[in-house]
Amino acid sequence: MGDILLTIKNVSKEFYGNQVLKDINMEIKKGEIHALIGENGAGKSTLMNILFGMPVIHETGGYQGSIELDGKEVMFNSPHEAMSHGIGMVHQEFMLIPGFTITENIKINRELTNPNMVSRIFGKQYESLDMKRMNSDARKALDIMGMSIEEYTLVAGLPVGHMQFIEIAREIDKTGIKLLVFDEPTAVLTESETQNLLAAIQKLAAQGIGIIFISHRLEEIMQVSHRVTILRDGEHVVTKDTKDTNVYEIAELMVGRKVSLDRSGSDSRRISDEIVLSIKNLEVKMPGEEVKGFDLDVRKGEIIGIGGLAGQGKLGVANGIMGIFPARGQVIYEGRPLELNNPRGAITAGISFLSEDRKGVGLLLDESIEINTVFTSMQIHKEFLHNLGFIRIMDSQKIRNHTNKMIKDLDIRCTSSLQHAGSLSGGNQQKVCMARALTQKPKLLLVSEPTRGIDIGAKKLILDLLKSLNEEQGMTIVMTSSELAELRSICDRIAIVCDGKVKGILSPEASNAEFGLMMSGVHADSQMGGAE
Amino acid sequence: MLKNEDKQNNTVKKNLDIPIVKSIGLPTLIIAAFFLLVMITAAVLKQSLPILISDILRRFGMNGVLVLAMVPAIKSGTGPNFALPLGIICGLLAWTIGIEMGFVGFKLLLITSAIATVFAVATGYFYGKLLNAVKGAEMTIATYTGFSTVALMSLVWLMAPFKSKQMGWMMGKGLRETIKLDGVNAGEIINNFLSFEIIGIKIPTGLLLTFFAFCFLVWLFFRTKTGVAIIAGGSNPAFAAAAGIDIDKNRIIANILSTVLGAYGIILYSQSYGFFQLYSGPLMMAFPAVAGVLIGGATASKANISHVIIGTFLLQGLLTASMPVANQLFAGTDLSEIMRVILQNGIILYALTQVKGGGK
Repeated sequence: MGDILLTIKNVSKEFYGNQVLKDINMEIKKGEIHALIGENGAGKSTLMNILFGMPVIHETGGYQGSIELDGKEVMFNSPHEAMSHGIGMVHQEFMLIPGFTITENIKINRELTNPNMVSRIFGKQYESLDMKRMNSDARKALDIMGMSIEEYTLVAGLPVGHMQFIEIAREIDKTGIKLLVFDEPTAVLTESETQNLLAAIQKLAAQGIGIIFISHRLEEIMQVSHRVTILRDGEHVVTKDTKDTNVYEIAELMVGRKVSLDRSGSDSRRISDEIVLSIKNLEVKMPGEEVKGFDLDVRKGEIIGIGGLAGQGKLGVANGIMGIFPARGQVIYEGRPLELNNPRGAITAGISFLSEDRKGVGLLLDESIEINTVFTSMQIHKEFLHNLGFIRIMDSQKIRNHTNKMIKDLDIRCTSSLQHAGSLSGGNQQKVCMARALTQKPKLLLVSEPTRGIDIGAKKLILDLLKSLNEEQGMTIVMTSSELAELRSICDRIAIVCDGKVKGILSPEASNAEFGLMMSGVHADSQMGGAE
Repeated sequence: MLKNEDKQNNTVKKNLDIPIVKSIGLPTLIIAAFFLLVMITAAVLKQSLPILISDILRRFGMNGVLVLAMVPAIKSGTGPNFALPLGIICGLLAWTIGIEMGFVGFKLLLITSAIATVFAVATGYFYGKLLNAVKGAEMTIATYTGFSTVALMSLVWLMAPFKSKQMGWMMGKGLRETIKLDGVNAGEIINNFLSFEIIGIKIPTGLLLTFFAFCFLVWLFFRTKTGVAIIAGGSNPAFAAAAGIDIDKNRIIANILSTVLGAYGIILYSQSYGFFQLYSGPLMMAFPAVAGVLIGGATASKANISHVIIGTFLLQGLLTASMPVANQLFAGTDLSEIMRVILQNGIILYALTQVKGGGK
């Protein structure tokens, strides 16, 4: 490892008054593999966006602090500019054109060309491709990666592992590449592909390229990185030499939030041993949140949390049960099997769902609070209707009274019950969703990301409300959330989902490290023994 | 989807910060101002205002139900019913069958309506199925469904074995292009019901009452369980699906309703005219109806009864009033017709530019 390649100095960033990065300092040396880790929302993506000059940064007022590349201060206004300075990025999603060959994908927009007749008249855009040189360049890049595949193969139909390598080959084919960022490159790879990739990364580093390696898989980080930097809530927690630390410590530092245990009054509550909901081998095809064989037993009267990192499938569980995304497997509710892929059936059975997609699935933005509140009950339970023989007409008076009661009970801030849901603030919209769920008088309430996009005050209100529903009415609640602190503040047990399956169930009092390790897919027992 | 909405809200905020413009809508205000201008010009030119107003009321009533037919389709999320000719053809077919069966007067009207209902329900059902199969491209498909059905029906008008003297040519086979309703005592039959004159203005009471009755029924329908479910499915399909609503079924119901209203609409329209037109007569009839509801303030995804009433009145009022005015000011030109085409197609174009990218 040699001289310093990249220095990030006191970088801070605000989005609309919301501080997402505070005083970040980082140094990357030539030939170093520098791991960057943190939970979702810790600020990793924002930091990388700043480094790449993504437009989103400039549109929101730029950033404070400075970035130096090779000792010179730089400020990139576009990803293109960053690339021309030798910074490359390997994306999490493949940006490849399936109908093109490997060479064409590697060389896209940087094609090598020879002049011809037409181009002499109409300009460089019309030069012919020099496939020979392009192929040999591609070959060279593939060789560095240790890939024996022919460079003229079409990308369509290649295994995902290969696609990842082609992405990387494209980056290293760029002349003068100095720094490569890998954003969770192993998320979609199999074990052996991962090992190949890690070996390739080490090879690249050996050539003097600096590497920023973002991953949730702590074992990989331990295996390849030289140093780790941990971000948490936009703050730089620590940078350490990998050899001086261990998985246990990293996990703890990553989660390391003070947990306010607020389960007072919970003594009066009784959780029976009766299992109200039993999920067996549930598979849900929810794009980006796929569930692959989820098992969980929910006891009557408890609040159970489902946590885990984004993309691991925790959001798919509730959506699968409610029939919003195609699901397979067995769900037994109150002793009877629940028909999957049938929203009406689930609602009729007495399950209510608060979707994580409040504006997309949760609300009729152009309709009044009244309609939003009573809609599901009206349609499924045929309430709030005048029954005139074969015609059922809305009972406006009953709807208004009920909605006004809900507005009062849940403290929904609005001008009247006729205000459109779309014009309410996020917190109040969530309360309207809640009002609808409660109007259905559910026995089981599934809530997903109940506090996403809501300010702190409203957050507390929503959580308190969930708690009181549970304590006073004995409602069973399954709460899915990305915010571990929130789960730990009200749940009795927390199931951590990793790769579409339950990795383990923890008590809210479990240590930060246990949560961190489990979320990263590490078997807690095997690692903790070694750490202590 | 959300981003689009935000964008739209922003442009609306930028362009129309005046509250009244915001609540009524820019196109509606422009057309209203124009209408007023034409009326004032008419007065200045010493045109007979009572006759003009009588005409406007008549045109308003006779077009109303056709415009109303847009509401169920828009509310269900399939967009304005550009396939209105389907419903219109059902109504026309019912007229011809009724006349062929030898009915006259009120009896003819009732029989015609009954037959039209049967045809329109069946047609609307299959049309709804078609729309469910082509989600995202409803408006285009609807337009061409209308066009091609009109062409197909031209063959039917020519070849159907009708014998009635009222409808056939003097010689040869097939139905006439224009069929008079006076001959079967059905001309202006609804218009004249309870109609009266006041300061020279003829009020077509029956016509207006019928129109308003239909408006009330449609309004009531959208307060029923099914109606609310249709609105939800149109305004947020993901929401409706999560609540266990069968969106496809509701879209079919809404389009049946729209087709039936189209059939009743043409019956009301033609009795007021005193004749009805076959062959290419229905070809372009969807466009003034679509334009009407849009001028009233509807969009391709939102429409209310108030939009129908305001829009029909403004568009028909403007078209009726501008004809004599334009003829007097610019004698020998076809200016009022040119203006109709510009207005009608302009407002449809405007509304289509406001549509959010292809619905799913």
